Amino acid sequence: MTDLLQTRDLTVRFGGHVAVDAVTCAFKAGELTAIVGPNGAGKTTYFNLISGQIPASSGTVQLMGEEIGRLSPSERCRRGLGRAFQLTNLFPGLSVLENVRLAIQAHRPVSGALFSMASSHSALTTEAMSVLERVRLDGVRDQKVSELSHGNQRKLEVAMLIALDPKVYMFDEPTAGMSADEAPVVLDLIAELKADTDRTILLVEHKMDVIRTLADRIIVLHNGELVADGDPAEVIASDVVQEAYMGKELTDV
Amino acid sequence: MLMRLISGDRPRSAILTVVLLAIFLGLLLAPFLFPGVRSLETAARISVFILLAASYDLLLGYTGVVSFAHTMFFGMGAYGVGLASQHMGRGFGSLIVGSLAGAALAAAFAFVIALFSLRVRAIFFAMITLAVASAVAVLVSQLSQITGGEDGFTFQIPRALGPANRMGEFMGVSITGKILNYYVIFFTSLAFFLLLLRIVNSPFGRVLQAIRENDFRAEAIGYRVVRYRTIATCISAAMAAVAGSLFALWLRYVGPETTLSFEIMLDILLMVVIGGMGTIWGAAIGATLMVLAQTYLQDLMGSAAEATLAVPMLSRLLDPDRWLLWLGVLFILSVYFFPAGIVGRLRAGR
Repeated sequence: MTDLLQTRDLTVRFGGHVAVDAVTCAFKAGELTAIVGPNGAGKTTYFNLISGQIPASSGTVQLMGEEIGRLSPSERCRRGLGRAFQLTNLFPGLSVLENVRLAIQAHRPVSGALFSMASSHSALTTEAMSVLERVRLDGVRDQKVSELSHGNQRKLEVAMLIALDPKVYMFDEPTAGMSADEAPVVLDLIAELKADTDRTILLVEHKMDVIRTLADRIIVLHNGELVADGDPAEVIASDVVQEAYMGKELTDV
Repeated sequence: MLMRLISGDRPRSAILTVVLLAIFLGLLLAPFLFPGVRSLETAARISVFILLAASYDLLLGYTGVVSFAHTMFFGMGAYGVGLASQHMGRGFGSLIVGSLAGAALAAAFAFVIALFSLRVRAIFFAMITLAVASAVAVLVSQLSQITGGEDGFTFQIPRALGPANRMGEFMGVSITGKILNYYVIFFTSLAFFLLLLRIVNSPFGRVLQAIRENDFRAEAIGYRVVRYRTIATCISAAMAAVAGSLFALWLRYVGPETTLSFEIMLDILLMVVIGGMGTIWGAAIGATLMVLAQTYLQDLMGSAAEATLAVPMLSRLLDPDRWLLWLGVLFILSVYFFPAGIVGRLRAGR
């Protein structure tokens, strides 16, 4: 298996605070890596550094062997780095279908982009519909996103990521705030994506049962440092993780 | 066919459809429905300002970029036609060359301004455009050998479009070159208006809307936000220049007062806001209302003041000299009651 994504000594400082501290880690194709750690450990910041929302203070990010650490977020996305956000971050005034169509259009040049009618590109619509069916949102395709329930917005967030068809999927607590009957739709979908062996999945998640079912590997961040990396069962049982979590959340499970 | 022409962007409200049809037919048949110099003048002005406001809405409403340089682009088109007609002699060739040169210059200016400022922050763009527009206005008034300075200059347009060109009668109205000129302006404006409607409903237009909604996410899913904003700015500027060319063609005169003044900039802003930002249709309604109010509110108040002569305070308040006050009141009320503009209000009230 090859390394799709690699960070080396990736660091960011905000004033005197080191939010992510020299994290070196590689992610292989066909692997699902769960990223865990207490609140404020730097998980989301680590994501932001990889996808380019925050510039790194030092260190490198490589995607398929190419350095991408100085590129804009849009350029990184076009090269295959897909990101879903922890706080829902969509186009609220547009319809569900339009949101997904935009994500597809972003990596597929359309002919006559300026002078053709958007609605005439039926291939885009068909593809967007098939993505929406996968997250069971095809029934609300014409609703405005601002009128969707929280659970459906979370699903759309996942749909946007799938629509980008990336090499690297980055999920940031995809099921946060979802009801018990909605979460499985998203989790099953992530399990399906895993079957595709030339992609890699990064998953920030708190729920240990989710991690146990899905993850091939766990990395633990604590105060911005990578403190553990390995097989899920071993890492969860290790002292360092027990300590990082203050002996709370993990022993509960 | 009709749907393709309006790019599938239906008015989506019965009242709105009626109003838009009324504006369209009113302008289409203006020389016959409202004979007279003044009403034709008003109709031509409306035609020009609909295009100008629509082009501004592409920026403000669809891209979320505030520009104060729209009159500068408008002026470039106007001066382009004026200067070309002056130096190349009257003729359709001069009109076309002048319009194209004005539009190209406007797009080039917009490109440079966008390149320097949009990268930083959208608010910076507003400030830069303000500075550049003021500088250009000063420059135009100083370079009086070329531009005629504060007075501007008149020029000759093709004879076919002049009032001396009589082409007989139709429906009791004598068809002169002036009416022909009106139709040149009306149909050019209409064509560019429909083009704008198409652009905002194209895949490109959808991306602009996405950027307005959430530029952070648009960038995150792979759109180069700066590039899209820059292209939109250039298109908007070129369209404004076309409107300026039409205005100069109608007036047979260019000057800072009619094209570059800050009052016109405010008018455009109000047209877009009152009509409804983010809808090209709104620009049509806003422009029509504004021009009508500016032209006829004074008359209306004059007759109202006469009718209320007996009532002491009221007749003073309704004095035609107070028309700006009442225009101001109308703006405040409309923005207060229709924050989403007239189109937004009508669509929501379905």
